[in-house]
Amino acid sequence: MLQLILFSTLNGVLYGMLLFMMASGLTLIFSMMGVLNFAHASFYMIGAYFGFEISRRIGFWPGFIIAPLLVGVVGALIERYGLRRVHKFGHVAELLFTFGLAFVIEELVNMFWGKLPVDYQVPPSLDFVAFTLFDTTYPAYRMFMLATAIAMFAFLIIVLKRTRVGLIIQAALTHPNMVAMLGHDVPTVFMMVFGVGAALAGLAGVIAGPALVTQPSMAALLGPILFVVIVVGGLGSLGGAFAASLLIGLVQTFAVAINGSLVDLIGPTANTIFGELGNVTLAQIAPLLPYLMLVLVLIFKPTGLFGNRET
Amino acid sequence: MRKLTLGVCMAALLAAGAASAQETVKLGYIDPLSGGGASVGEGGLKTFNWIADEINAQGGLLGKKIEILPLDDKTNPQEAVVQAQKAIDAGARFITQGNGSSVAAALSDFVTKFNDRNPGKEVLFFNYAAVDDALTNDKCSFWHFRWDANSSIKMAAVTNYLKTQSSVKKVYLINQDYSFGQGVKKLAREMLKAKRPDVEIVGDELHPLLKITDFAPYIAKIKASGADSIITGNWGQDMALLLKAAADAGLQANWYTYYAGGAGGPTAIKQTGLAGKVHDIVEGDSNTAAEAAQKTEVEFRKKNNISIWYPRAFNEMRMFAKAVKEANSLDPKAVAAKLEGMTADVFDGGTGTMRKDDHQFFQDMYVRSFGPLTAGQKFDEENTGWGWTVKGKVLAADTNVPTTCKMERP
Repeated sequence: MLQLILFSTLNGVLYGMLLFMMASGLTLIFSMMGVLNFAHASFYMIGAYFGFEISRRIGFWPGFIIAPLLVGVVGALIERYGLRRVHKFGHVAELLFTFGLAFVIEELVNMFWGKLPVDYQVPPSLDFVAFTLFDTTYPAYRMFMLATAIAMFAFLIIVLKRTRVGLIIQAALTHPNMVAMLGHDVPTVFMMVFGVGAALAGLAGVIAGPALVTQPSMAALLGPILFVVIVVGGLGSLGGAFAASLLIGLVQTFAVAINGSLVDLIGPTANTIFGELGNVTLAQIAPLLPYLMLVLVLIFKPTGLFGNRET
Repeated sequence: MRKLTLGVCMAALLAAGAASAQETVKLGYIDPLSGGGASVGEGGLKTFNWIADEINAQGGLLGKKIEILPLDDKTNPQEAVVQAQKAIDAGARFITQGNGSSVAAALSDFVTKFNDRNPGKEVLFFNYAAVDDALTNDKCSFWHFRWDANSSIKMAAVTNYLKTQSSVKKVYLINQDYSFGQGVKKLAREMLKAKRPDVEIVGDELHPLLKITDFAPYIAKIKASGADSIITGNWGQDMALLLKAAADAGLQANWYTYYAGGAGGPTAIKQTGLAGKVHDIVEGDSNTAAEAAQKTEVEFRKKNNISIWYPRAFNEMRMFAKAVKEANSLDPKAVAAKLEGMTADVFDGGTGTMRKDDHQFFQDMYVRSFGPLTAGQKFDEENTGWGWTVKGKVLAADTNVPTTCKMERP
């Protein structure tokens, strides 16, 4: 039992941190520009494919550095030449723009790399067993993913809370006009934030690619969960996104580990009340739980766990 | 005058176009070519293209060449029906599909209704891999033929083999949450109870179909249950990733699977180092196949870079060609009448029969295990240096499970 709890926690935290790498950028972009970026998970996918392409030419480590930077540049360009032009037509236009962008990116990936999963491999330098506990082994690569995610989180916090750039970003989040009056170039700040957000998602893609599966549907598989994270955490709240990411990661992993059903909980009467539903185990509905949380949060606390803005 | 010439030319061109379009026999290949099932769908497409070339080289069907129309159903029943309609609109009178029993059920139903409404334009459905029992039991159709052994046949073979494996004490069932996976789970429970009542089922899992990219949480659970063996009907990505996660966690257990031989499976097994512990159940094995089949295997691998996963696809297409020849017609109804009850040579040697009562094909089956190649074995898998070894043969006569099908013939 201890073994199950321990490994479920590890797996859950890892998944949560991956979610956070993407959700952090998404929630920053949202709070700054008021745009829900539907194409955010696509940057994660581009990151994975760039990482794959670079790693098979010059190795994993150059890809680990270069791919997120490239994705960041792509993100910044999209903001500068796409989103900014659409901006003057209002939020609906922006929303539709990012929505369309997600499809365009998926089709481009299909065209360049095909519909089959690509063979993005764990680098040999990280392909060993990190530790063995209760005769279960834990791969070093997963520890590396965890370490990268934590390092990135620390970096983000320091930049936002301890530097001048962070100060301007925070000010632009709530009072963009005042920041512009004070002589700062707010559109450039927006572009930078969008680029950094994209780069973070790209980094998540680079490290998740070899462990999960690098395929054209990876963005569509993860995208909806991201929105759950930022809504549950509270739109625009970085701390909220962090808490919600971990929460969803852990809930999903632990739900898989639990076999209980309604019948186990309240006895055979569950079958007469819920019919076949009474026999469905928690493990079976694990993928559904984040969406259930989304609905509950929207009903009972529309601002999210840590947010102060109505969804 | 000039206008008239132009018109005549156009008409001639159109007529020529129509004539050349009729020279091929179109077979709609409806399977996943994107999403989680794409790796197996692409492999299937390569297989059918190869076999079509083989038959075309021998003169085709009544002098016409077979043309495979690849159509992507995304492992989705609704999408598959749309694609089937597309195939029919493009002139196909024969369709084939294999991945996903829920998809096969939708197609079988669609084809049956379509044929009721369009007498004279019937369409035949060849199923090469969807193995849910229902397709040849209560949902059976005259227009559906299945070449893969159904789920009960496979589970009967697995559990017969388990009777000889006394080291198996605690079994974990993990399956995909849809008609086929639920069927496997039910059959495993019933047959284990009958054949190995001493075996304890320590876990019984259903997970979403082709949506999971990280099986680590499931493996942690299997580990905690103390299972020594795992029975699964998983296929495609769900099989490869499950084995990959098991390799990462160092899970040492016996695996009894339907489809460990699919894309990515062998690589993951080699990684776990589970020599001789991962089993699958198949209708043909390259290392023990007849000489002709081994020759085809070599050529197939050279061209396609995968091994022959579907000997049954060869059986399907060769019997299709045979039925067309015997009927001397490409009319689906006439072909179906010839296929019913047909006995033919199977790919690996020996014969098999298409049972008339339910359109289920019966042939000898093999239980294999995966490990380092031994002397005399020619074929490894996915360049691992490991290959399959046949552990037990189950005769067709021993797999003759009853059917509840009440076939309605036109």
